[in-house]
Amino acid sequence: MKTNALETSLPVAFGYIPLGMAFGVLLVGLGYDWWWAPLMGVVIFAGSAQFLAVSLLAAGAGALDAFVATLLLNLRHVFYGLTVLDRYRALGWGRYYAIFGLTDETFSLLAGSPPHAHDRRYVLSVTVLNQSWWVLGCALGALAGGVLPFRTEGLAFSLTALFAVLLVEQLLKSFRPAPLLGALASAGLCLAVLPGKYFLIASISLAALVLVILPVPRGTK
Amino acid sequence: MKEPLELIGFILAMAGATVLTRFLPFWLPGKWLDNSFVRTLKEGLPAVILLLLVVYSLKDTPVTAAPWGLPEALALGLVVALHLWKRNALLSIGVGTALYMVLFQTGVLTSVWGL
Repeated sequence: MKTNALETSLPVAFGYIPLGMAFGVLLVGLGYDWWWAPLMGVVIFAGSAQFLAVSLLAAGAGALDAFVATLLLNLRHVFYGLTVLDRYRALGWGRYYAIFGLTDETFSLLAGSPPHAHDRRYVLSVTVLNQSWWVLGCALGALAGGVLPFRTEGLAFSLTALFAVLLVEQLLKSFRPAPLLGALASAGLCLAVLPGKYFLIASISLAALVLVILPVPRGTK
Repeated sequence: MKEPLELIGFILAMAGATVLTRFLPFWLPGKWLDNSFVRTLKEGLPAVILLLLVVYSLKDTPVTAAPWGLPEALALGLVVALHLWKRNALLSIGVGTALYMVLFQTGVLTSVWGL
């Protein structure tokens, strides 16, 4: 059981810094000043949405397009909030920041583990650290613009590895094959018929539907 | 390129949409959430979402040409095996990512097959 927020958050650094850098490089590539990149990391703090922003800006899209596209892209967060609802409600005023910072990765780190002994401080620290890695990456990429001391291609695999590790932990605690098979079937269907940007919201919704129509197994609390 | 004010509006629109999606469940009336559907979701969603995030992060892997997604498959296999063995998240993620970067950057799997 991990108790240290820095230790919990460290794997995210290996993914967020190179990904944030990639975003920074792309944004200055459109001609914007470097500081817009970390500013967007602070205000928006949504990885996939910021990459979407680059393509929208490149295409000359307006604020309304950006609003609708982001809403669709990030609708999956509704499921994250639903899952951590009670835990986050117990955080007092800090919950507003914690909810604001509920990214895929922050959710993944917290969803599978029971509340920490000092949960308020722990959840907020993990969220602040995760956002710091992201903003740092955005700034570095925008400033350094691709000039790097070592080759970072493939570093973002660490986020895949992080999700896989957290999944293994989750399955070691309780393993029910049926919802996972449902999720895989949903994933296959969505990959086959949908453009990539709707994959997560569509597959999570489908898999959630499978979850609620499956019979509840005996012996679960 | 957008004027600064225009870009600020654009950024705030994206931030607003993101905040909406993250805060929405917290604004729902409590009695909507106190039922067996929502309890089943809370119980089962973490594993399901993690699995889908793994799939999502790998979905653009090219599998029809060399190296046929082998770097991803091998590195993911190593991450899972190492984690089942040692239960050390940083170790599993670090070693798995290092293997992936070596396989990916050197293209060794492609050259081994002489393609």
